[in-house]
Amino acid sequence: MIQGFLDIAGAWNPALIFVMAGGVAVTFLGYRFLVPKSRPLWASNFVLPKATRIDAPLLAGAAIFGIGWGLAGYCPGPAVVSLASGRTGVFVFVLSMLAGMMLVRWMRGASRASMSLRAAEEKL
Amino acid sequence: MHPFVLAAIGGVLIGISAVLLMMLSGRIAGISGIVGGLLPPAPAPDRSWRLAFVLGLIGAPALLRAVTGDAHIGAPTVGMPMLVVAGLLVGIGTALGSGCTSGHGICGISRLSPRSIIAVLVFMATGIATVFVTRHVIGA
Repeated sequence: MIQGFLDIAGAWNPALIFVMAGGVAVTFLGYRFLVPKSRPLWASNFVLPKATRIDAPLLAGAAIFGIGWGLAGYCPGPAVVSLASGRTGVFVFVLSMLAGMMLVRWMRGASRASMSLRAAEEKL
Repeated sequence: MHPFVLAAIGGVLIGISAVLLMMLSGRIAGISGIVGGLLPPAPAPDRSWRLAFVLGLIGAPALLRAVTGDAHIGAPTVGMPMLVVAGLLVGIGTALGSGCTSGHGICGISRLSPRSIIAVLVFMATGIATVFVTRHVIGA
């Protein structure tokens, strides 16, 4: 379904639009009218993204994700769901995806560590 | 039932899931973030709700398969090497870009987040370009 949607020059299948439309419609309305303003019902506080800048990691990350998505037609949610099918290919995709995530997380950790090291050195 | 109706129903269910997670737990239903927070190095301290969510994701179709004999999940359409490459790119891209189709696409757009709207436009563009190249230029 995914590659059918992304194949605008070929056998285009717009079904994904209906998934997104259904999802966004419900989520937009639910976020606006059903979610309590002060705090969630079962947790003490909201945990929401704080970033607002449109920066290089956002753009590069989205671009790279889109390529991977177009190549196999899987994004994280459906890939995890598809593990229930027991198919080897899905496990291969998900393991590779986890590896990719861990690589970025590891590099972020390393860069943060070196930044705080430099900041500490500057103070000295 | 018409495929577009089924697709919309699927989307509605995803939306209900996102609204419930925000209403009850105060969090964005972004799968790459939920899963990413379970990973080393430095996994997030709040593991239990993440595990519960992932168990739900896998458990629902697993239950369907147990009851009906079929999880109704299609086979991958590409070979193993491509699945490795695609998986790596999706993992790297979503971690770097702080989100995927659920986080940026469903939740971010619903919050009218400029970051998410831009991210969706970018990954849709590269997704379309990728399929164009693989299907019509390379002919894969």
